[in-house]
Amino acid sequence: MAVKLLGIWQSPFVLRVKLALSLKGVEYEYIEDDILNKSSMLLQYNPVYKKVPVLVHNGKPMAESLVILEYIDEIWKNHPLLPEDPFEKARSRFWAKFVDDKFVPMIIRMLRITSDQKDNAAKETREILKTLEGSLDPNKPFPEDKSLSFMDIAIVWVGYYTQMLEKMLDVKLLDDENTPLLNTWFRVVLNLQVIKECLPPFDKLLTHYTNFHERHTTAS
Amino acid sequence: MAEEVKLHSFRGSPYGCRVEIALNIKGIKYDFIQEDLNNKSPDLLKYNPVYKKIPVLVHNGNPISESVVIVEYIDDAWKGAPIMPVDAYEKARARFWAKFIDEKFIPAIFKAFVSHGEEQDILEANEQLQFLENELKVKGNKFFGGDNINLVDICAGYIAFWAGAAEEALGIEVVTRDKFPKLTEWCHNYTNCQVVKDNLPPRESLVAYYKWLFGKE
Repeated sequence: MAVKLLGIWQSPFVLRVKLALSLKGVEYEYIEDDILNKSSMLLQYNPVYKKVPVLVHNGKPMAESLVILEYIDEIWKNHPLLPEDPFEKARSRFWAKFVDDKFVPMIIRMLRITSDQKDNAAKETREILKTLEGSLDPNKPFPEDKSLSFMDIAIVWVGYYTQMLEKMLDVKLLDDENTPLLNTWFRVVLNLQVIKECLPPFDKLLTHYTNFHERHTTAS
Repeated sequence: MAEEVKLHSFRGSPYGCRVEIALNIKGIKYDFIQEDLNNKSPDLLKYNPVYKKIPVLVHNGNPISESVVIVEYIDDAWKGAPIMPVDAYEKARARFWAKFIDEKFIPAIFKAFVSHGEEQDILEANEQLQFLENELKVKGNKFFGGDNINLVDICAGYIAFWAGAAEEALGIEVVTRDKFPKLTEWCHNYTNCQVVKDNLPPRESLVAYYKWLFGKE
């Protein structure tokens, strides 16, 4: 097939690419890689980071989910993801980058957090989410399947994975007092058909990361 | 309406310079607002409440932050003298390398400077540099952007000027010249571009600053 996607089921970055391809109605071959035993294909296509997602289009590989999203948006013109206006485009890129620069290291930390560090980390996460809430325009209607944008795709997974962390660690992160608009936004967007179809099963995700957390916090 | 372009930055900042080079490429006139990083202006805090950092470009009252986001904005907002490649795949590769430089390379080389050239740190920085050396070798061009500089060249500018100043300040060699012949040649070509030359800070002040920053007084 002309379009191949190398991924792992639990990756939110792979999810972003799946969403973009789904919204544009692009047919692709999905190849599940093994994080503990990376395929030679992955190492060949992404020698710099050795990570998924990797999109291969007509034999040409590319890595980094946000880079891939922009590529997809340029090649397949239907359902445009990025706004036309340069300033709005820059805004979208800024917030997508914010999620990667601030929220991702936090979630990585949370997945290895010990019980004594938990509350502090939870407080910091709530602060990051509060800042993220600033990306939303309270006067704008919530997105629908047909209006999901680059920024929506870049951000939506944060809600799902945060809910998973809350259950796993028994902490409050998506506090309705702290981030009421963001919480509502997540509730609405995570319920959209195209999103639901691409999300990994919640219980499977919870089990997977609970095991991960246990392995990384239990003294050997 | 007359165009109003302001840049909140700090003279000598490699990230601020990226924006100035991009503005220069497009021939845009702008007001440079020097920020005191120990006493940031109310405007800066208003325009970049998330990070409170420079550079921030303000175009007709609209603020944009994060140097790579700003450079792409400049390319989108002003036509002519393109900074990004035209081909979608080449664009993806340019964005990939820009991200790599900021997320992998610069932190690695900075670590080597902080440790005053600890062997392991130099090795790791060199590993990252090798990727960029290979990219130049494979393409066989004067610049990452071909005959003209593009986003990758602008981001890699750190290697061409700032890294050398830090090396001089610390009396170490991190960007091992004979290991990276293409990069060395690229550094020379890059710093000789008119749009770059005009925007580089005075080297002696930068060396003195790095002596202070990395504790080599």
